[in-house]
Amino acid sequence: MRTVSLTSETDLAGWREAARGLLLAGVEPQGVRFRVGGQGGLFDALPPAHPGESRDPVLSEESGGGDWRSSEAPGAGAAKTLGPGVRRDERMEKVITVPRAFPDLAAEVALHRSEDRFDLLYRLLWRVQGERDLLKVVSDRDVADAMERAKNVSRASHKMKAFVRFRQTQDDAGDRWIAWFEPAHRVLEKTAPFFQRRFTTLRWTILTPDGTADWNGEALSFGPPATRDMAPQEDEVEEFWKTYYASTFNPARLKTRTMQGEMPKRYWANLPEASLIPELVARAEVREREMVAAPATPANPRLIRAVAPVVERAAQDAPPPETLEALERAVQGCRRCPLWRDATQGVCGRGPARADLMIVGEQPGDQEDLAGEPFVGPAGQVLNAAMSEAEVDRSHAFVTNAVKHFKHEPRGKRRIHQTPTTSEITACRWWLDAERAIVKPKLIVTLGATAAFGVLGRKVAVTKERGRPIALEDGSTALLTVHPSYLLRIPDKAAAAAERARFVEDLRAARELL
Amino acid sequence: MARLDLRKKLEILADAAKYDASCASSGSSKRNSVGGKGVGSTEGMGICHAYTPDGRCVSLLKILLTNFCIFDCAYCINRTSSNVPRARFSVQEVVDLTLNFYRRNYIEGLFLSSGIVKSSNHTMEEMVRVARSLREDHDFRGYIHLKLIPEADPALVEQAGLYADRLSANVELPRDEALERLAPQKDAGVIKQAMGRVRLKVEEAKGGRKDRARPPRFAPAGQSTQLIIGADGAPDAEILDRSASLYGGYGLRRVYYSAFSPIPDSSSALPPSKPPLMREHRLYQADWLMRFYGFSAPEIASASPDGMLDLAVDPKLAWALANRDRFPVDANVADREMLLRVPGLGVKSVNRMISVRRHRTLRLEDVQRLTRGIDKVRPFITTLDWTPGGLTDAIDLKARLAPARAPEQLSLF
Repeated sequence: MRTVSLTSETDLAGWREAARGLLLAGVEPQGVRFRVGGQGGLFDALPPAHPGESRDPVLSEESGGGDWRSSEAPGAGAAKTLGPGVRRDERMEKVITVPRAFPDLAAEVALHRSEDRFDLLYRLLWRVQGERDLLKVVSDRDVADAMERAKNVSRASHKMKAFVRFRQTQDDAGDRWIAWFEPAHRVLEKTAPFFQRRFTTLRWTILTPDGTADWNGEALSFGPPATRDMAPQEDEVEEFWKTYYASTFNPARLKTRTMQGEMPKRYWANLPEASLIPELVARAEVREREMVAAPATPANPRLIRAVAPVVERAAQDAPPPETLEALERAVQGCRRCPLWRDATQGVCGRGPARADLMIVGEQPGDQEDLAGEPFVGPAGQVLNAAMSEAEVDRSHAFVTNAVKHFKHEPRGKRRIHQTPTTSEITACRWWLDAERAIVKPKLIVTLGATAAFGVLGRKVAVTKERGRPIALEDGSTALLTVHPSYLLRIPDKAAAAAERARFVEDLRAARELL
Repeated sequence: MARLDLRKKLEILADAAKYDASCASSGSSKRNSVGGKGVGSTEGMGICHAYTPDGRCVSLLKILLTNFCIFDCAYCINRTSSNVPRARFSVQEVVDLTLNFYRRNYIEGLFLSSGIVKSSNHTMEEMVRVARSLREDHDFRGYIHLKLIPEADPALVEQAGLYADRLSANVELPRDEALERLAPQKDAGVIKQAMGRVRLKVEEAKGGRKDRARPPRFAPAGQSTQLIIGADGAPDAEILDRSASLYGGYGLRRVYYSAFSPIPDSSSALPPSKPPLMREHRLYQADWLMRFYGFSAPEIASASPDGMLDLAVDPKLAWALANRDRFPVDANVADREMLLRVPGLGVKSVNRMISVRRHRTLRLEDVQRLTRGIDKVRPFITTLDWTPGGLTDAIDLKARLAPARAPEQLSLF
């Protein structure tokens, strides 16, 4: 058994150099132990990279390990391998490659406080020479072990970002912020840059038993281990922080296990707020019982006088509104069908209060539902383009929908359009009729089957009755065409262009009917 | 009225803000204080700086600007008719507290809400002033979450979005009818419209055509909302439908569920009782299933005939128990979608299994190393060396898999 001495607890560079030499020398993982300390520096720890060179003094043999020099002497043991599957000639070229994920994993594992972390890394290094995909087999015992340690290190770093508490001090140059912290693993150097980025404009020092990090406003430097008494013992703002901590706690929801899982007791000694925990927990049940048992009290007359007015809810049996403004308000309270529930708002028509031309679509879509205006989404753009091509001025037309609320089905972060049922269209005719009564159009162009149903009150095959003026009971005329969103759904380009041309033609016919 | 000292104000206004469950400080744009005049950074991952004994994380200084309120919402500690002590911070006091806490590394930033004083516009203006001062006077680059007053002028909401990382308007009650009854000054439609406007602004700031100048950043950490559980009669199935609708409609990052909790001086309109914490927990699990596991709200609800999630087992296990004909699945060939439906397998575990099985055939032992516990998984999968046999269809399977201890909420008294 050989022992490699590394110069410090986080001497990854030393390990790497030594491991490389050992690997080239074909030393199997069970034949070597890595330890920190002992005499000799980093580079002394190097075993000879070339077999047969003089032995490194720091690489010691403990028991029965003395064979490595002789066995690796030139010419000896021709079939020696450096690990499963690595042939001797590759070794002679001294090419050691590792999977891309290995260096990062090793850097994390090296910071773990376990004694055997470097041994584990050497075992992994040895194995990946033959099993190139080993790191992807995360269920492998060694890989799972290394990943677990890396996770603990990463967690320790994260907890350091969370639990360091600075105290304010003054020196000749002004404010200086000092913290004493005991990280679960050796993450000081890994984590210090985070504080540098966060507190670039402050001068701060973090003292830990592993070492010290200092930011003087310009450079980050690391110093020797520190002790608790080197840190300031108080900070007046801590009393405010403790007040906040105690007040933001809800005694009716005691879950101390969850708290301890996330804020393990090992950190409590350096968290000023943690001293409050025992009392907060002890009193929680009493406080909760008191809250539940306390009778309701009468309101303070001085405050209640200032209470805001109650929102006026629309009456369901009110007569149809007679202005567009009143109609828009009233639609928000509509409960004639269930579509209001999942929609943002009822979307009424837009346009002049008196218009010769009314254009009726199906229902608001996703964008219209949010914006509260009809035809502002993709179908609206198609409509606008077609109208200007047909020389129909949208600002002179009243544009609305047969159904005022957006019917849809949620799918993840999107809403999928659904066609309204006949009962929903029928329920909403009440609003469309009210709009027609106010706007009094001479001509109504309906877009698609829903709109035709909403205007005519009967099921219609748009393709059959398209383009033919239909007299309506109130003396106006209806003209049926397709919905612009239909044009967006035609996959074949030529067919889409032809359909679009027909749509423009229909709008042109409408203009001529006016 | 006697002037309250700052610590007393902090006590009152932190206590008044704590019923909002949101604490996230994650998912904003990455930035730090390098090259700036102030302090602060957000690097993507949120940081919880402390945990209180209720198991909730303390990430932001969560306070109200004031707990005076002209709205009388029965479920709220700050309603007009409540007799809690009242206090009001000045804009400068909130700014100073935030910076003092931030420099000591107590917090990731500020979560500012407020009771409505004078008017919705006045209140929103004051909140925007705090955020503006932090950003412009102090070059503060930490996290800011501003509560929206839905009734406020949309122009103020737009300003709030320029300074805040996240905006939120609380829907509060799953049923709009209940909101009308319990919060007579609120209008569910107005809340939804405010959320709709935020979604449009967020999308505008993010997307935008490349040939145009990029619009200014707007609430880069998006928006969230909160539903109070157990204050109206809405069953879980209805709550999940509501959530699905909110996620789809407003691109919410999160819907928070807050078990209705007894409050000091509670209203006689609501029965005082213990908060349904386990129910809240199950709703969060179901919410996760909708967002990361490909379940729809109706699917989750289908496993519970009465519309309430089973408190004894998690909703994925409940679904699997009700759909045993879909199991066991072969861990070595099943697609990702189906593996995500196996009880006890999380997204990470599934990803790892898929990665590993490219290189070796999974044994039960492999799956065990990739998951937290194998007991819940075992009846629902087959591996190279394992088949559950009759276990999948065992009549007492639920009893075997349900945790032995009573749900947490019952164990307190």
